[in-house]
Amino acid sequence: MTEAGTQDAPPAPDRVRRSGRWVFVTGVGLLVAWVLVPIWLLLANALSAPAEVTAFPRSIIPSFDTASLEFFFGFRGVLDALWNSIQVASVTMIVAIGLGAPAGYALSRFDFPGKEAFRFLVIMTRAFPLPLLALPLAVMFIRTGLDDTILGLALVHATLALPFAVLITFSLFSGIPVELEEAAWTLGCTRLQAVIKVVLPLAAPGIAASAVFAFVISWNEVFAAAVLTIENRTLTAFLLQSLDVSPLHLKFAGGAALVIPALLFIFAVRKYLFAMWGIANR
Amino acid sequence: MPRALPYLLLLPATLFLVVFFLYPFVNVAWDSVTRGGEMTLANYQRMASHWKFPTAFWNTLLLAGIVVPIQLAMALTMASIVTKLQKGRSTLLYIFAIPLGISDLAAGLIWLAIFEQSGFLNSMLYGLGVIERPILFLSYQNTWVILLAIVLAEVWRATAIMMVILVAGMGLIPKEYGEAAEVFGASRWQRFTRVTLPMLKPSLQTALILRVILAFEVFAVVVALGGTQFPVLMSETYQWQFTMQDRGVAAAYAMVILGISVAFTLVILRLLHVPKEARI
Repeated sequence: MTEAGTQDAPPAPDRVRRSGRWVFVTGVGLLVAWVLVPIWLLLANALSAPAEVTAFPRSIIPSFDTASLEFFFGFRGVLDALWNSIQVASVTMIVAIGLGAPAGYALSRFDFPGKEAFRFLVIMTRAFPLPLLALPLAVMFIRTGLDDTILGLALVHATLALPFAVLITFSLFSGIPVELEEAAWTLGCTRLQAVIKVVLPLAAPGIAASAVFAFVISWNEVFAAAVLTIENRTLTAFLLQSLDVSPLHLKFAGGAALVIPALLFIFAVRKYLFAMWGIANR
Repeated sequence: MPRALPYLLLLPATLFLVVFFLYPFVNVAWDSVTRGGEMTLANYQRMASHWKFPTAFWNTLLLAGIVVPIQLAMALTMASIVTKLQKGRSTLLYIFAIPLGISDLAAGLIWLAIFEQSGFLNSMLYGLGVIERPILFLSYQNTWVILLAIVLAEVWRATAIMMVILVAGMGLIPKEYGEAAEVFGASRWQRFTRVTLPMLKPSLQTALILRVILAFEVFAVVVALGGTQFPVLMSETYQWQFTMQDRGVAAAYAMVILGISVAFTLVILRLLHVPKEARI
């Protein structure tokens, strides 16, 4: 990555430069606080006892009391919802990568008629509000017995994640020189063997990162989950549908339970954030 | 065989998208113009005559109209900072990108912790002696506070997506252009408006399209902060589908969201059009 053309201005008087630097540092500090403080406040609530959460005025320092979290995890349906979320996200991940990676490979290695049409189809998914798919699919699923199942919801979430999986794996495979594969062929590998023994090991970390990304997309999705599940609700659907009736400490503990895994996942794939969104430019 | 190979590799993904993307959209369009098996516009009439429709429609557009420009300005600032930094660049980028991984429902709950009656905003105002007892911010009497809370939550949550796209785009701009402008005496601001911004058009286009469509889909943040007091198109769709069990009207709502999404996508594509020869 090259730096954009923002080099230091021609020598300015020291004072001006120092105050400019001060403005810059303050600005960065404010932006960092803007991102981090709200998360801290949610965690502070989740780590306080239920009575403290509703007490006034609130302290921004938590008492590190786990009563709210214990109440949340002991609440009827929460553990099931958590387990459903994990299952849906795992299936989403497998479907998105399983279908997306071959397509990404094909786009990176071959030139063939229809390639642009496929790319257009993938890019077009971005111009549509995908959670709305849940409406017609709800009917389709009742007909096929997929309603209110892990697989049914995972298929909708896979529609959200698949375009990303295709574009990410496309850029990953494009970054691996085709010469490596050709060398494997001359040494007697078949096309498939060359992919398994040479390309996949090189692409593995990136594929794992895009799998994590697919997991997070599903983990976080609210609308389709709320429309398509009734008995087997995911954590987001459970929280959304109990918003009116649940006490504050349950909401905040639930919010924290949603946020923390997502934070860890994003941390794990931080190196690949660019590959994921940067390619959206082409 | 080798000739068929790319098609075989694309086949599963294509079939999947046809069954779970193209077909359902045809389906929802069909649902919106039929009722009991007959072609009719009754769903749309029913939707439009309901008192909540105009409110939901304008609320959605108003939210997008406020949120997206703020996000654009913030994302450009953040991306410029990250691009300029030499030390601590990846740490800062990670921090800025954190909200990317946070669910819109969780973001709504985070800002609920701040705005609710015993929340942190009331506590802070009380601590500063501004108020004597907590104010009920998120009530139907204070719709504009609900709007403000939703705007803050949306800006907080979804600026990161634009930022990452813009950082990647800024990385593609050759350094020489900025240097040349500097030689001719362009100030920092001039270099930003005359060199960086025009060269950034393709990324701006992607970022804006993605963001505007997501803004029209705003749902969980609104429900978490405003309940039913601040109707938007997506929450009304949910209400009709789930509470009123009327799929026809829900489908009509879906078509409205789809319609404004496509319309705005086309407008952005046109406004920020870059001829193929002018791309880097």
